[in-house]
Parts: sequence; C-alpha cells; structure tokens
Amino acid sequence: MLSALFFYLFAIMCVGAAFMVIATKNPVHAVLFLILAFFNAAGLFVLLGAEFLAMILIVVYVGAVLVLFLFVVMMLDVDFAELRAGFLKYLPVGALVGLLLLVELIFVVGAWVTAPMLVSDAPTPNMSTVNNTQALGEILYTRYVYLFESAALILLVAMIGTIVLTLHHKRDVRRQSIAAQVGRTRDAAVEVVEVETGKGLK
Amino acid sequence: MTVGLSHYLTVAAILFTIGIFGIFLNRKNVIVILMSIELMMLAVNLNLVAFSSFHNDLVGQVFALIVLTVAAAEAAIGLAIVVVYFRNRGTIDVAEIDSLKG
Repeated sequence: MLSALFFYLFAIMCVGAAFMVIATKNPVHAVLFLILAFFNAAGLFVLLGAEFLAMILIVVYVGAVLVLFLFVVMMLDVDFAELRAGFLKYLPVGALVGLLLLVELIFVVGAWVTAPMLVSDAPTPNMSTVNNTQALGEILYTRYVYLFESAALILLVAMIGTIVLTLHHKRDVRRQSIAAQVGRTRDAAVEVVEVETGKGLK
Repeated sequence: MTVGLSHYLTVAAILFTIGIFGIFLNRKNVIVILMSIELMMLAVNLNLVAFSSFHNDLVGQVFALIVLTVAAAEAAIGLAIVVVYFRNRGTIDVAEIDSLKG
C-alpha cells in the first residue's frame, strides 16, 4: 500500500517535471526540472530494488551531467526567446506524433505477457542474502568484465574528444615555449664586449 | 492496488513520448533537444530496471549501467560540440547549422 502510494507520487512528479522540461521558457528552469525528474526516477529505482543504480543516477547524472548542462546554458550568451519562435507552429504535428507513439507504446505494454517457459539462467545471486550493490558487483566484475572495460574505454574516448574539441589557442597570445627555453645556450644569451678606455659603448 | 510491471512500463512510455514531443516542440534549441534525448535515455533505463526487477534478473541493471555511461559520454560530447559551434558561429539555432550543405 505504502509502496503503491510512493510509486504514484514519484511517477506523477517525474512525468510532470519531464513535461515542464520541454514546456518551460527559460532553459535554466528546464535543467532544474530535469534534475527534479531524475531525482524522482531515482526514487522509482529504489522502489524497484535497484539502490545502486538510483544512487549512481543521483551522483553521476544529477551531480555531473546535469550540472554540465547548467554550466553550458549559463555560459552561452544566446537569446533563448528567439529560439522559441515556431513553438506553436510545431505543436500540432508534434502532438500528433507523440500521441500516436504513446498509444502504440501503451498497446504494447497492455498486451505484454512473459513467456511461461522463460527460464532465467542469469547469474543472479540470491537477492535475500546479498544486497543490490554487492550482487551487481559480483556479476559486473566477473561475467561482464569486458562490458565494464568497454564502458571505461567509451568514457576515455569521450573525455579525449571533448578536450580536443574545446581546447583552442588564441592567436594573439604569446605562449611559453619550453623547448626554446631549455635549448637556449650561454652563447645565444650573453655577449662579452671589450670596451676601450674613453670610447664608450656604441 | 498493487503496482506491477506494466505500471513502470507505462511511466517509461510516457517519459519517452515526452522526449520525442520535446524534440518536435523545440526544434531550434540544441540544448533542449539534448535534454529531450536525456529524458528518452531515462525512459529506456527505467524499462531495463523494471524488467530486471520483475524477472529477478540482474543483467538488466548491468545493461542500464552501460546505458548510463554512454548517455554521459554523449551528453559531454554533444555539449562540447554546442560550445564549439557557438564559438564559431555565434548561434545555436539548429536551422542555421547548414555549413556542410553541399
């Protein structure tokens, strides 16, 4: 009973916040509503018994990705009101496509049956003896270790790609050349001049 | 009033539809389009975790973890492209991204 109550609370908050993400005028508000939607989705994950993923959703998604969105929205000096022109023009076709898709998805969900002979041979540990995080670790680092490694590789490629994309040198700024500094010899730097008495230095 | 698998699938379906709807509605603003894609990925994750939980099969959660990783990488690279594009052109209007038009 209580879990059903919380399910409806989280689900309604999540859907409402998701709708506000696409409907609000200010993109900063959109990011904040997206954060609210992710928090409520994390609540749904907890209800489903996936505590580790719920915490990852909050720590990685809300803590890193959405804050990145917030930074970019605040960094770009864009007239967002101008970008909303044509909002009403696209509303009918968008609503039509969205409604059709939703009806189709609901039909799929309504007609869903799991095959009765479905035998799960997944290496899931007994969930009554270990908690979710430990169970996830036990199969993630053993049977699915290559998947885990490739995920790490994807993140590495994304990191390098982002740095390469956004790093740029301004042309009119003189930069330090360490090779030139280290390669400098005494002959190039110091000149000894013999000055005759009474003549001075030209 | 018991909450079953189809309840979670319905929530995920609604979230996914809102994501599609957002792309249609905000066709000019790349940042809102990226946020709509994040919403759709969240819906997919909700599906994976719901099936994983109701079928007592932890592999769905492993896969949701990978989807989360890919979504984070996609958001980082997408935002980097937006920043570079804004630096070069001074706008993020999708309709004006036509430099590659042959």
